[in-house]
Amino acid sequence: MSSTNHDSYSDEYIRGILNDVKTIAIVGASANTVRPSFFVTKYMLSKGYDVIPVNPGHAGREIAGVLTYASLADIDRPVDIVDIFRNSQAAYGVVEEALQLDPLPKAIWMQLEVRNDEAARLAEAKGIKVVMNRCPKIEYARLCGEIGWAGVSSRRISAKKPKLQQGFQRFDIGGKPPGAR
Amino acid sequence: MSENKPGFSTLSIHAGAQPDPATGARATPIYQTTSFVFDDVDQAASLFGLQAFGNIYTRITNPTTAVLEERVAALEGGTAALATASGHAAQLGVFHTLLQPGDEFIASKKLYGGSINQFNHSFKSFGWNVIWVDADDIDSVKKAVTEKTKAVFIESLANPGGVVTDIEAMAGIAKDAGAPLIVDNTMATPYLCRPIEHGADIVVHSLTKFMGGHGNSMGGAIVDAGSFNWTESKRYPMLSEPRPEYDGMVLHETFGNFAFAIACRVLGLRDLGAAISPFNSFMLLTGIETLPLRMQKHCDNALEVAKYLSGHDKIAWVRYAGLEGDACHALQQKYMPKGAGAVFTFGLKGGYEAGVKLVSEVELFSHLANIGDTRSLIIHPASTTHRQLSDQQKTAAGAGPDVVRVSVGIEDVADIIGDLEQALAKI
Ligand SMILES: Cc1ncc(COP(=O)(O)O)c(C=O)c1O
Repeated sequence: MSSTNHDSYSDEYIRGILNDVKTIAIVGASANTVRPSFFVTKYMLSKGYDVIPVNPGHAGREIAGVLTYASLADIDRPVDIVDIFRNSQAAYGVVEEALQLDPLPKAIWMQLEVRNDEAARLAEAKGIKVVMNRCPKIEYARLCGEIGWAGVSSRRISAKKPKLQQGFQRFDIGGKPPGAR
Repeated sequence: MSENKPGFSTLSIHAGAQPDPATGARATPIYQTTSFVFDDVDQAASLFGLQAFGNIYTRITNPTTAVLEERVAALEGGTAALATASGHAAQLGVFHTLLQPGDEFIASKKLYGGSINQFNHSFKSFGWNVIWVDADDIDSVKKAVTEKTKAVFIESLANPGGVVTDIEAMAGIAKDAGAPLIVDNTMATPYLCRPIEHGADIVVHSLTKFMGGHGNSMGGAIVDAGSFNWTESKRYPMLSEPRPEYDGMVLHETFGNFAFAIACRVLGLRDLGAAISPFNSFMLLTGIETLPLRMQKHCDNALEVAKYLSGHDKIAWVRYAGLEGDACHALQQKYMPKGAGAVFTFGLKGGYEAGVKLVSEVELFSHLANIGDTRSLIIHPASTTHRQLSDQQKTAAGAGPDVVRVSVGIEDVADIIGDLEQALAKI
């Protein structure tokens, strides 16, 4: 059993998850380009992750240029993170669905304002890491330092040079690029 | 480092400033450029849509300025910050984001004179109506609240009097009014006082003063505490309503607890245009690295000087919160126990003539209208900044004919006192 403190995650814990995964299923992904779930889809794609939108109302069509699935069960490849853009109550059912996947996901991630401790215990009992009430885009941008470009506090200090990704304005959180795994 | 918290001095030097990613330069480089190339069309679209982090144009973001912003946010304990061309530009940015024409805000009467002007005249012309209150009289502040009250504005340590405001009491009133508390922390700096820890929702700065500390660069900052629920309140449409200029994006929904800082940037800085120069950001950053050392020395020197003046037979009174008998001493001990800042006023028994004589006879003190320099500064408000007012108005503004204001520098205190001594001897 994990003794993860869900009120405050260490940077190592979050970085560990983000460096250990390739595919991210976004449950509740929206095709509306100004919704937070679209922002996350687009940003994580730009960081090299294989992002898979899940939205029954949009299944078979694309969000941010990638095919949307109706449910987690329909996805044709292993899912490493299940990222939940649903309310806290609905998160429980999504976690139950995630636990039916084979192989199991490595992590369950609930978005800002989404927290369901019961669901978290269910997942952790299977050895799955859980992050609640956090946004992977914000966490990635915080850990790589890009978030500071918007004047947002990264709550980190470091005397190490940030790693540049390909292009001019792209940082990396360190570790192998997701595509190389 | 993980989520353990570095100390204030460490943050003053390191927050926001990793080595330069392109060159490895250890000092923060001055990115003196107006604009930044895009990787490709898709990245450009993401940047304009606020979907990606990155730089487009220095009016909105700049890598040098970003370091300053993250530094100030970290020192104040906020979620995010933005830098502006001056302290006044920061105030304009805050109110532009919060207020609609016809709204009201409450402000303490004890403010920097320039802020009093800004609120009374320029802001009125935008239809933003200031209601002045006496922050020492909490009941009267409560009575000033109406359903139009959209913000409460105070200075933690007020210029010029060195008066300490009861931040927690004002935060309580703002909360009951459903409005954010804005604290101007220019005179105290986060080294002496961190208003967010006492309930402030927004902190503003004139970085021109003690933060930069060397009297060489203008700048301002807005810090978002991340504490105000704009969506629940529904009174602040810039944050809780879909924005037409961003395809209907709702800023609070999208940016959560740093939405206010983002709104001040992508609506305020973008449209009002009061961006800081990257060179000034660099100068201010260099100053902030030594903020803890300078600020403590300012306070130690000021207390010595205040004590000296209190005992001088040509001085009628000294108003410095660091002095034990001062009316604000208890509040100073609560909110800024490390010191009462460097700026205070005193009265000369010889009145107007003595004031004019004193500022003319000093050698080490610079006679000018600023505060928060390494150098000791002096001004006689009645003959300079407040000369257009009637005697009655001067006295009401704390700038009576006998009043002199000093901003005590970080020279050797014996030299500072020696200079005052020789000048006072000539009165
Ligand atoms: C307390 C305070 N707030 C705001 C300002 C305005 O700042 P700026 O001159 O940088 O516009 C000043 C300047 O004297 C000040 O002392």
